[in-house]
Amino acid sequence: MATLDSKVPKGPIQDKWTDYKNHIDLVNPANKRHIDVIVVGTGLAGGSAAATLAELGYNVKAFAYQDSPRRAHSIAAQGGINAAKNYQGDGDSTYRLFYDTVKGGDYRSREANVYRLAEVSANIIDQCVAQGVPFARDYGGLLDNRSFGGVLVSRTFYAKGQTGQQLLLGAYSAMNRQIARGKIEMFNRHEMLDVVIVDGKARGIIARNLITGEIERHSAHAVVVGSGGYGNVYFLSTNAMGSNATAAWKIHKKGAYFANPCYTQIHPTCIPRSGDYQSKLTLMSESLRNDGRIWVPKNMDDVMAIREGRKKPTDLSEDERDYYLERRYPAFGNLVPRDVASRAAKERCDAGYGVNATGEAVYLDFASAIERYGKEQAKIHNISNPSKEKITELGEAIVEAKYGNLFQMYEKIVDQNPYKTPMMIYPAVHYTMGGIWVDYNLMTTIPGCYCIGEANFSDHGANRLGASALMQGLADGYFVLPYTIGDYLADDIRTGKIPTNTKEFDEAEKEVKDRINFFVNNKGTKSVDYFHKKLGNVMWNKAGMSRNAQGLTEAMAEIKAIREEFWKDVFVPGTANEMNPELEKAGRVADFLELGELFAKDALMRAESCGGHFREESAEESGPQKGEAKRDDENFAFVAAWEYKGEPADAVLHKEELEFKEIELKQRSYK
Amino acid sequence: MNLTLKIWRQKDSNAKGQMVDYKVADISEHMSFLEMMDVLNEQLVNSGEEPIAFDHDCREGICGTCSMFINGEPHGPDRGITTCQLHMRSFKDGDTITIEPFRAAAFPVIKDLVVDRTSFERIQQAGGYISVNTSGNTQDANAIPISKHDADEAMDAAACIGCGACVATCKNSSAMLFVGAKVSQYALLPQGQVEAADRVRNMVDQMDLEGFGNCTNTGACEIECPKGISLENIARMNRELMKANI
Ligand SMILES: Cc1cc2nc3c(=O)[nH]c(=O)nc-3n(C[C@H](O)[C@H](O)[C@H](O)COP(=O)(O)OP(=O)(O)OC[C@H]3O[C@@H](n4cnc5c(N)ncnc54)[C@H](O)[C@@H]3O)c2cc1C
Ligand code: SF4
Ligand code: FES
Repeated sequence: MATLDSKVPKGPIQDKWTDYKNHIDLVNPANKRHIDVIVVGTGLAGGSAAATLAELGYNVKAFAYQDSPRRAHSIAAQGGINAAKNYQGDGDSTYRLFYDTVKGGDYRSREANVYRLAEVSANIIDQCVAQGVPFARDYGGLLDNRSFGGVLVSRTFYAKGQTGQQLLLGAYSAMNRQIARGKIEMFNRHEMLDVVIVDGKARGIIARNLITGEIERHSAHAVVVGSGGYGNVYFLSTNAMGSNATAAWKIHKKGAYFANPCYTQIHPTCIPRSGDYQSKLTLMSESLRNDGRIWVPKNMDDVMAIREGRKKPTDLSEDERDYYLERRYPAFGNLVPRDVASRAAKERCDAGYGVNATGEAVYLDFASAIERYGKEQAKIHNISNPSKEKITELGEAIVEAKYGNLFQMYEKIVDQNPYKTPMMIYPAVHYTMGGIWVDYNLMTTIPGCYCIGEANFSDHGANRLGASALMQGLADGYFVLPYTIGDYLADDIRTGKIPTNTKEFDEAEKEVKDRINFFVNNKGTKSVDYFHKKLGNVMWNKAGMSRNAQGLTEAMAEIKAIREEFWKDVFVPGTANEMNPELEKAGRVADFLELGELFAKDALMRAESCGGHFREESAEESGPQKGEAKRDDENFAFVAAWEYKGEPADAVLHKEELEFKEIELKQRSYK
Repeated sequence: MNLTLKIWRQKDSNAKGQMVDYKVADISEHMSFLEMMDVLNEQLVNSGEEPIAFDHDCREGICGTCSMFINGEPHGPDRGITTCQLHMRSFKDGDTITIEPFRAAAFPVIKDLVVDRTSFERIQQAGGYISVNTSGNTQDANAIPISKHDADEAMDAAACIGCGACVATCKNSSAMLFVGAKVSQYALLPQGQVEAADRVRNMVDQMDLEGFGNCTNTGACEIECPKGISLENIARMNRELMKANI
């Protein structure tokens, strides 16, 4: 088992990044004009990187499968973005953001990267405000903040419930400025299908024009992949329908190690699945847990009665309900972190207490909050002896002011009024902490190939705190990559244009074309979605929130079998030379079918419970933490980086040992 | 429910298109409109036919990708939502539903229900940004206070998802609501003022070049806009343009 070099600079943690920047090679501005960089993905990570690289003077070619960079999945982020500005004077600092992030990640991230992230976080806000991002303001005209799960300071900046949208529009406008100047060439509706390696270095990509079907060659001195997360390996997730792993998986197959594939975040408050036709899951902001109480019925009879419609949840009295989070975690109650809340909901539903037709839902109840706020309002307004109705009315108004848009969204989808009857929620796959392994420079194990944003593995460890993915995407793109890539490109000033009429491009293009031709010519009988759903089922049941060795071993075999069936029996209508969404999906699902197996293999190897994943064999056996997740620092304080060797089952493990010099490793307790 | 769908099929931008009838059965009222389309497509694939191409991605009403003209209205009969947020409970068993692409000269059809909205991109490239270097050397974000009222109003304008429903519903195919929203966001904030005159002139020029029509104050755009962008933004754009031209 080889060890990996993270290239973390020497010296005290607070000086590493500054020292690094002081010593890297710089590229003369006149020379930058002769250097091309490809950026795949124009979400927060890719968009900000493309704009900044162009600003610096490089020629940028940017690619996205959507019709506009503004539609990248980053647009959907609701809650906010963290930054250690300490505008509220509540004791925030670079160190505290660093500490919270390392602890929240269950001590499985790289200290030096996280410190740098915390360090540049304040700049992100300055940059975005200068670009015209309309963050929320207080009455004095200064920026407002809110607090978010897992931390004790108010450091989250937000733009209503549309923070991701506004940040992305900011990066997109910066891109537009560079497109207008001719420094970015934007390739909308283009999908990267392979990377081209020349003399061991990434020198270009093969892309498909999704309108004409044409296969194109693009060369550059470096390739940056910012293609987002792979949560759709589960079929159902909160990700956009087109989110995929193809770009990341293709660079993996050409030499980039894939790190910690089994680290997935499952978000506890999503709208449950209602039937087999379901195409995706909708997230409800976590802020709802500030006021909602989570429960299922205590007695199985009541569960049945509710499912069959003989009883309503409001018919059950307090003591017929099991407020399981308050029961198990009295200190944090309904506010335990995402992984703990998600697991507890699944545990109750697996035990048979799920309250909807599919058995996969728990209640999130606002009745107590409505009553509490109502009584408070009655006092404030000097209403003596208010009627029950009056209290409800006053309370509902407060709840509406806080969560109105979320309640509306819920009602739209579920067709039930959450003011009158408890909401139903269930955990859903949300974010992937694993991804392409990168060193401190954000370079993969392929020289000249970089990976940023959710597509890489680096900053979140085994779990991600709220509002930190947006921060990482923008930190990578605006402030980190533009420096680190210069160090590499400095050697390329005499290289000249990279030709595309070489055997390396021929070969890569042939591979891509062969695969496409296979799909459109394979006269199978089953649709792409059939296989994707089947894969998703195995992933959720055996490699989901809680896992065990037996299930994971089975999962590996089952996924392999689905993959074999897929290559025999998939049917893709239409032709290669036109817009063909089924063909696009086929390529993505083919890659998910490989990634899924590596995911299960990684999970099997990691015989510890940590962050977003609970390994059933690794639970605390005694003491106050009995039954809770048990991390194993002695054996697993490393990053698992997998090298591709053909079949996913044959992937070879490389370890990057994690060192914790600044922060002491401690058990996470929420009791 | 059982439904009859009349859907626009068009092989590519050069081909002639036509309406084709399809039947779907057992549609649950809990499905979203796009899930109903998925069911139809699965049915088509299983019978060896080409599924209907339509644009979509987030399915949460925020990316602005989905674009369908349903029974004569962009994003269907409900107000304030996108097609992906429309649910089948808005329809009845036995209904016939007409589904067409967004139609406008500046939005050519690519295939079936998919249209090309890159004219919107070019309008924004003409000036829909603030010229600030992305170097990390910008001044502290709190150095320029912005009144909460202005910030909120800028946010309301910035909420536009670029879906193009405003254009599709307008009898003149005008893009004024979209451009008005963009211009307003920057007009309401102090940061972009230095280049305000150039911005509005360039964006409006580009809008005309792209072949969008003029606004005659019908107001259909505001009614159909899924994000409630108000006509006030068009007025603000006109004021900005007037200011720029004096
Ligand atoms: C519903 C939801 C809410 C969230 N809320 C928050 C929040 O409040 N705070 C927070 O910090 N985080 C939040 N997150 C997480 C956060 O939004 C994402 O992690 C982040 O936006 C990812 O950004 P990215 O730039 O890495 O990738 P993306 O935004 O996913 O961008 C990927 C890009 O890659 C392109 N692409 C992909 N594959 C290819 C290919 N093969 N060829 C060409 N182009 C390709 C796409 O077109 C796109 O442009 C949320 C996530 C979801 C799902
Ligand atoms: S103004 Fe409204 S209808 Fe027009 S593009 Fe924006 S969101 Fe869509
Ligand atoms: S699919 Fe994103 S708005 Fe409808």
